[in-house]
Amino acid sequence: MTAALLAVGVLVLLVGSVFLRGYHALNLDLFTKGPATFGQTGGGISQAFVGTIVLMVLATAIALPIGVLVSIYVSEFAPPRLAEQARLWLDVLNGFPAIVIGIFVFTLLVVGNGQSGYAGAFALSIIMIPLISRTTMEMLALVPNHLREASYALGVSKWRTVLGVVLPSAAGGILTGTILAIARAAGETAPLLFVCSIAANTVNWNPKNALASVPVTIFQYSEAPDPALHEQAWAAAFVLIIAILIMSLGARHLHDRSRKRLGQIQ
Amino acid sequence: MEADVPTRPGLRRTRNGLDRFGDRLLYGLTAVAALGTFVLIAAIIWKLIEGSWPAIKHFGISFVWTSAWDPVHANFGAFQFILGTLITSFGALLIAAPLSIAIGLFLSELAPPAIRGPIGTLIDMLAAIPSVVIGLWGIYVLSPPIAHTVEPFLHKWFGFIPLFGTPTESSVFTAMLVLTIMMVPITSAVCRELFLAVPRDLEEGALALGATRWEMVRGVTLQYARSGVVGAVILGLGRALGEAIAVTQVIGNYVPLSVNLFAPGDTLASRIANQYQGADTALTLHSLIYLGLVLLVITLITNVIAQRIVHRFNALQRA
Repeated sequence: MTAALLAVGVLVLLVGSVFLRGYHALNLDLFTKGPATFGQTGGGISQAFVGTIVLMVLATAIALPIGVLVSIYVSEFAPPRLAEQARLWLDVLNGFPAIVIGIFVFTLLVVGNGQSGYAGAFALSIIMIPLISRTTMEMLALVPNHLREASYALGVSKWRTVLGVVLPSAAGGILTGTILAIARAAGETAPLLFVCSIAANTVNWNPKNALASVPVTIFQYSEAPDPALHEQAWAAAFVLIIAILIMSLGARHLHDRSRKRLGQIQ
Repeated sequence: MEADVPTRPGLRRTRNGLDRFGDRLLYGLTAVAALGTFVLIAAIIWKLIEGSWPAIKHFGISFVWTSAWDPVHANFGAFQFILGTLITSFGALLIAAPLSIAIGLFLSELAPPAIRGPIGTLIDMLAAIPSVVIGLWGIYVLSPPIAHTVEPFLHKWFGFIPLFGTPTESSVFTAMLVLTIMMVPITSAVCRELFLAVPRDLEEGALALGATRWEMVRGVTLQYARSGVVGAVILGLGRALGEAIAVTQVIGNYVPLSVNLFAPGDTLASRIANQYQGADTALTLHSLIYLGLVLLVITLITNVIAQRIVHRFNALQRA
């Protein structure tokens, strides 16, 4: 019991101190203004929030289709031995350290071309694919077989069945799984360090350049000499935690509800 | 006698061209995606080998047991970082494993049902916090009291053990604590699932034979889930081995590794993360990638071991 209280205590301490140290800088400027010139107070990290949004949109656009397609293969097409193999490889991919994935994308896309938002999004999508696949496979497995069989019995072809019957039934769970993956990837710093970290201080929507991102900015500010930057780092950390916690808790709750509802289809 | 099968003249052949094409297209797309996962893993390993090849050619396998990191004299070796990685991760494991098992037991057996949910959710929330935030917290909230209070205290009373040497601002010890915080949610969540899965009749049988609650937990629950717990701990270890950001923020990024836990140090991941702003020479870059390759090998081995243990545990359970 003490152990559990200790863990909860650490959590409270963590969130508490992030809030306490950050709320001075927690104002609208944080989101709307760029950094102030060195030595001056004020300013914000609008470029980081913009960058994270762009990166997450791109990363989801890559990871969601691939993750869902892999899951459809494993759950609808693959013979059992191959399905087992595919699950294994996805688990292996999930276990790769994030910094190693960063180095990989660095050697693949950045060497010779420079950093870019596209490379950053690709690195984040590699993190997201195993997560999306795992929840999607779980959801697809929960779709009752007699739904599929009823569809085939009516003469519907396999692809129409998958796209028109199976996927829509699992859609809620797939969505919540994606949100969980987004919550995880939004906080990842290591994949971006080599790939999308040296970015301009101004707001930039173009993924061809390296974009600032919230976790990398927190990382850089945490080691900066200027205490005003530390405050902004705390504020940004607070916003990041709150966003991730809302996404995670909300998605997990809805996910459990989707699972129950699928399990109740008679 | 032939049965008179009624035929419906208007019944369409259902396997028309579009359907066959659609089926094949879907199969093709999904199979390519699945194959792509495997190709991606192979590509990662390949690119890491390719990126570190000049360093591999230059240093050979002795890179792994050489202690050095000198860009000026082009002398690089991974040994200190391997040691740093192993020490921080196993140190964290020593603290995190008992904590996680205790939390897992608490959430599955011992806690009143009303608070199981909320506390479990709170611990899941701890898992969701990004490493950079834990690192930021580690630098400014955890490190000062550790460096100014805990470490001097331990140094005063146990300083005769070389482990507890002179305290410094950033230390291996703080990194161990940070890694513990990151390991506990994962490991305790898996442990909780394991303990919940112990068959009820085994537990009730022990209670019926007159065992106390604690004896039942110790003799039945823990025994039954033993190998699964080992798998869970190794799973958490895999996570700790690869952690770069939080560690690099608190460990001090200092190369000569000493026995003193309170001195700064470095791990494979934190050294790589520290140099992200660019390497001066090509050989430095290739050596960094070589470090990444070593880290990947260590992590892969750990995760494969964890998976096999979990696999065997599940197989035993099903039997």
